Amino acid sequence: MSQPTRRSVLKTGAFAACCGLVHNRLARAQSAVAGQLPVREISDGVWVFSGRPEMMNAANEGEICNVGFIVGDEAVAVIDSGGSVAEGRGLLRAIRERTDKPIRYLVNTHMHPDHIFGNAAFDGTGVEIVGHRNLPRALAGRGDYYLQSYRDAMGSQLMADIRIVPPTKLISGEEQIDLGKRVLTLKAWKPAHTDNDLTIFDERSGTFFTGDLCFIDHLPTMDGSLLGWIAQLEELGAVKASSAVPGHGPAPSPWPQALEPEQRYFDTLASDIRKAIADGVPMAEAVKTAAASERDRWRLFDEYNMRNATAAFAELEWE
Amino acid sequence: MTMKAKRPRSRTIALVFLALIGAAMPLSAGAQSTSLPDSKTWDGLKGDVFGQKPIEDAGGLVTIEAPKRAEDAAIVPVDLHFKTDAATGRIKAVTLIVDENPAPVAAVFKFGPDAGVTHLATRLRVNAYSYVRAIAETEDGKLHMTQAFVKASGGCSAPAMKNQDEALASLGKMKLRVFTSKTPGNEPMTRATEMQLMIRHPNNSGLQMDQVTRYYIPAHFIQGLTVTQGDRLIMSMEGGISISEDPNFRFEFDARPGEDVKVEAADTEGKKFQDEWPLESSSL
Repeated sequence: MSQPTRRSVLKTGAFAACCGLVHNRLARAQSAVAGQLPVREISDGVWVFSGRPEMMNAANEGEICNVGFIVGDEAVAVIDSGGSVAEGRGLLRAIRERTDKPIRYLVNTHMHPDHIFGNAAFDGTGVEIVGHRNLPRALAGRGDYYLQSYRDAMGSQLMADIRIVPPTKLISGEEQIDLGKRVLTLKAWKPAHTDNDLTIFDERSGTFFTGDLCFIDHLPTMDGSLLGWIAQLEELGAVKASSAVPGHGPAPSPWPQALEPEQRYFDTLASDIRKAIADGVPMAEAVKTAAASERDRWRLFDEYNMRNATAAFAELEWE
Repeated sequence: MTMKAKRPRSRTIALVFLALIGAAMPLSAGAQSTSLPDSKTWDGLKGDVFGQKPIEDAGGLVTIEAPKRAEDAAIVPVDLHFKTDAATGRIKAVTLIVDENPAPVAAVFKFGPDAGVTHLATRLRVNAYSYVRAIAETEDGKLHMTQAFVKASGGCSAPAMKNQDEALASLGKMKLRVFTSKTPGNEPMTRATEMQLMIRHPNNSGLQMDQVTRYYIPAHFIQGLTVTQGDRLIMSMEGGISISEDPNFRFEFDARPGEDVKVEAADTEGKKFQDEWPLESSSL
């Protein structure tokens, strides 16, 4: 594939802008080159784009989570492709602007649309998609639903290009990949945020890409196991990183302090729900007030807390 | 495997199309106004489920409570309350329907003649903006319907399993809770008793396509369930895939103190699960 020149990128950008596709990105990142995701280098060879603490929609083009890439001596690894093919393409352009090295891996940290809807943007780059061993199964069960359920919020224009592209290189336990004098440690976790969470640790810079195992500011969302997440916080915190790129929230953030807010939220949620279960309060009632004391400490609390409480209730009832 | 999956599929595929055709309409209608969306899907569906039988408004005989927005699409609590009316006789059966789901009939519950079931709560999967309906059949053979409209959850909440390995590892495990009652039962020697029955089961839909192989993942769900006390039927259920993973039923009935409560369940793979709990007089 020929690499896009700056001119062709600009042309693409201008074309897309005419169609109203990227006006928001142009408006909010005027300093960025058109069509590129505005990435920052947080450490030598470690680049990050910070997503907005919002729900995915047409205006933000699904750019709500943190995505990034790591450049080794020989190759590049991308971490998550974003919430639309438009975002994935923007990320690809941002990479191509900074390095000619081959993009060897696209690592998906888990199944959620904001992290994987951009996968199709990397078609034809020769990249190998990497994921937790449970990721293909999770996408098989949800992919069609995701494609259908996001149509309303994202609009048919953005959705038209989006396909579910599952990983082909699967990780169980821990595995290392080498980008050329740059070894990344990939770790597949037990069910926590989802049942397919994968983290990436870059030894050279001490940067830890946590995926959605770490949320800061943006309320954590529960789609795996609350108890599993709580149980693995200690092991997560023991990762010898100097800083972290959370799935959502400021990047970089100091490690392991970045875990403290979500730990507090989980403890509050679990304790409120346990009390309701013990008192015989039905689920529909219990979820209305659980973790209410956390409301002012998070963004998107009203969007996600009742859902988290519902999932937590169904799980903790079996204790 | 193909043999097993095939038979229900021809039926469910027809219903998938129904659901897809219908799905777009309530979506746009719901977005534009606060008035209740139309029931086009139901109009096309009711003949398949109830034939030409007329369906009356429940008028308080059955009431349904469901959240306006499905917070977690995989776990949407619904609550049914039943009244016995002298004119119609007791409620014999209740059918629970989620219009826009790929397999709309979530469950058919039948109640024992002297079970005195007054309340039943369960959890559903809700795929899209949809009506959730309860249609009760009374002893006189008449049908009575009530419904609630549930908006889909949005966001990344899917009506799918959260922890698939765990669901399979503890398949068929049951738990029963008894809640202290305050009121006497309708029959002599009984007490109105609230119970919660929980069964570990993935309750897989079989409508999910494997993105790699393009084959459907075979359905695996609880299709039959009976709850008895002594030799009395309390409740039976024929279930479908719109009942949540780890099926959960909380219900109130006339319990006879001292008699065991027995639960038997069977799933689509022919696995049978059963458990029994003593119901001490002191716990009532």
